[in-house]
Amino acid sequence: MKITKTQAGQTITYVVSGRLDTVTAPDLGKEIDAVTPDIKELVLDFDGLEYISSAGIRTVLTAQKKMNKQGVLKLRHVCPAVLDVFELTGFADILTIEK
Amino acid sequence: MATLTVPAQTEQIDRLQDVLHQQLEGTQCPMGLALQLELVVEEAFVNIATHAYTQPGGTATFTCQVDQEARQIMLQFQDQGMPFNPLARPDPDTTLKAEDRKIGGLGIYLIKKTMDKCEYAYTQNTNILTVWKKY
Repeated sequence: MKITKTQAGQTITYVVSGRLDTVTAPDLGKEIDAVTPDIKELVLDFDGLEYISSAGIRTVLTAQKKMNKQGVLKLRHVCPAVLDVFELTGFADILTIEK
Repeated sequence: MATLTVPAQTEQIDRLQDVLHQQLEGTQCPMGLALQLELVVEEAFVNIATHAYTQPGGTATFTCQVDQEARQIMLQFQDQGMPFNPLARPDPDTTLKAEDRKIGGLGIYLIKKTMDKCEYAYTQNTNILTVWKKY
């Protein structure tokens, strides 16, 4: 997995590519933990993310809960295989997934 | 058919995925299904690595069998840890809003949702989870 972070004002974007799984999800989790309360928009850009497991979903849920308190979370460029996993687990309904 | 026994530790996961990929080579298993099978391997193995044993030193055995004639793939996971039927666990409520979502049980739920058939047996001190998928 590769994570690239960019910040513009109160928006942070993480471009996450590769695999978000049991081994790699904690790395993204640490990044999300470090997001400060002044950030109003968190974008997870999954361009190049080809695989997500329940460990990855848990990390996305943690991000959603955090941003519910301070702003919004947006997911971008979700590929069909990853979207499938969000849909199977009912997470597609509680996440903002931009087409 | 291929069988591999590894220490029940999360970092061994790649060795199981390698076996899966070797077995899928040359079959007409579509890419999307291969990803689903990887997901099943990860979820089932991580459950064993995380929950099966109270003491270090336990192992997990993974078996992968591709039946090219029946176009069916079988994956099997065995451990000698505490008796535990993952299939008997209640499904998570997938309709709750984010704040109320529980983080447990999603892995097994994904296995049940993506595979055609799942079976659990406990015999000779061994948990055996077997799943099948047509391709």
